Amino acid sequence: MEQFLQQLINGLSLGSIYALIALGYTMVYGIIKLINFAHCDVYMIGAYVGYACMTYFHLGLLPSMLIAMAACTLLGMAIEKIAYKPLRNATRIAVLITALGVSMFLEYGTMFFVKAEVRAYPSMTGWMAQSFQVGGVNISMLQVIIMAVTVILMILLQFIVKRTRVGRAMRAVSLDKDAAELMGINVNSTISFTFALGSALAGAAGVLVGVYYNSINPLMGMLPGIKAFVAAVFGGIGLIPGAMVGGYAIGMIETMVDGYGNSLYKDAVVFAILILILIVKPAGLLGKNTREKV
Amino acid sequence: MKNMLQKRWLKTLLSLVAAYGVVQLLIAVGVINDYIQATIATICINMVLAVSLNLITGFTGQFSLGHAGFMSIGAYVCGIITVANPTLPGFLLGTLAGAVTAAVVGFLVGLPTLRLRGDYLAIATLGMSEIIRIVFLNMQITNGAAGLNGIPQFVNWTWMFLFTAGTILLIVNFLHSSHGRACISIREDEIAAEAMGINTTKYKVMSFTIGAFFAGVAGAMYASYFYFLKPDLFNFQKSVDILVIVVLGGMGSISGSIIAAVLLAVISTVLQSFPELRMVIYSLVLVIIMIFRPQGLMGSREISAALFRKWGEGLKRVFGKEKERV
Repeated sequence: MEQFLQQLINGLSLGSIYALIALGYTMVYGIIKLINFAHCDVYMIGAYVGYACMTYFHLGLLPSMLIAMAACTLLGMAIEKIAYKPLRNATRIAVLITALGVSMFLEYGTMFFVKAEVRAYPSMTGWMAQSFQVGGVNISMLQVIIMAVTVILMILLQFIVKRTRVGRAMRAVSLDKDAAELMGINVNSTISFTFALGSALAGAAGVLVGVYYNSINPLMGMLPGIKAFVAAVFGGIGLIPGAMVGGYAIGMIETMVDGYGNSLYKDAVVFAILILILIVKPAGLLGKNTREKV
Repeated sequence: MKNMLQKRWLKTLLSLVAAYGVVQLLIAVGVINDYIQATIATICINMVLAVSLNLITGFTGQFSLGHAGFMSIGAYVCGIITVANPTLPGFLLGTLAGAVTAAVVGFLVGLPTLRLRGDYLAIATLGMSEIIRIVFLNMQITNGAAGLNGIPQFVNWTWMFLFTAGTILLIVNFLHSSHGRACISIREDEIAAEAMGINTTKYKVMSFTIGAFFAGVAGAMYASYFYFLKPDLFNFQKSVDILVIVVLGGMGSISGSIIAAVLLAVISTVLQSFPELRMVIYSLVLVIIMIFRPQGLMGSREISAALFRKWGEGLKRVFGKEKERV
């Protein structure tokens, strides 16, 4: 039982990170139907910006995270403006290949500038390095920080999407782009804003992963990126609550397989579950099946 | 009619023999050294992969991101059989076994997943190829992450050529058959095709299985030519590379795939001298081509006598006008 609770906590902190990345995937997919493969590299850049802030400018965790989020926001908007906007009316596969190209560009561009070596985040000091016991379960302060930051960001996101004008515009555009345009919504700036939001979340996830796992490298985004996308599909792509549920579920499944089963197969199990979900309920856990109309 | 058909066959055969002979001569004379020969091998393998993926993605319209998985099955099955039986028949048996295994896996995977559409299918095939990679990573017989070493090399230019030309001819002929037309109609409009009485599931699975079969052949060619296999060779990046060739050449254009396979190999050979910037430039080229020519180099056209005739007429019209003005 204690071991189970311990795995639960580990799964929750891993799932928080997947959920943060998955939100960016799902929002972008919801609004322009694009699997934004470059998203996982925005997350990687976020981790590097946080690393630079902490190592060279000796900033604390919170300011570094805010700077990384700001940098990723700008990066996400720039990617959208330069690479995706000229392809607004192209076939979806052309945009997808562009996304893969941008992803490779960010990965190998970063590798060119900072070299391929693995870098270690500065270790936390003071209260953030502590951990405490609750009924035999070991919880580190970092895990608490990750979960708390994730929950705060999610609440903030829900507020923006549900209660603000620009959030309403986002929902309108994702429902029907043409109708939204006719109602006087600026579709381009709304899409840009969506990329900004998603990228900011990815930046936060990058810094959190950096402090939690302590090592970063230019290709760190690849596998978590695919898994976060799996999480988004799992919960129902295009749905913000779906990405949250999916992120936690994938994190939990991965930790449980790692803890109880064969750790070599943990990734395979995640993908197998994905395929099963897709076959049984293609719209995802929270999605509604829609019939295709002629 | 029959006479014309025979004439066309003769033409194809002659040009193929000529292409084979020229390269064989250059190898014999020594103009083509080992390095260029390895590049040619990569081009041939990429052609087989791209043409087979084009059948699935470009012609049938089913978006697959897992082609490297099928390639790895062909490569490992052929590699293991050839190591156990290092003779030419052993290699040919291995190739056949590898391709058939890949096709069987393709059939089993395709049957349930091809009900999915668009991006969902892409993600399902991506997951499938990752599962295949992880299984190979953890198996005893494949020697895990360390990789399968010392596969005897049987593939030379002759075999490369036979496999590549054979694949392309078979797939082109398939596309010109009624089955191929049915596949193309699914790409154009699945619901309309279904309304016309085409069993869409059957043809989707058929094209997926054939594509997987030839991906297996490409894997066998790879295993026998480069005599070393490890699971990481067949990761997500590999599937993306194949897809890039198909999209760059033009979805639904066999000649596009062939041109793009050659072009990308040339680009990557030229960039070999800047190893650090290679991938950066490669990705930039990719993004720029997609922004300025999203339909790919060839669109869905083929290089054929008719296309040249059209260009010729266009030129004539342009020059004819000039004459009138003078």
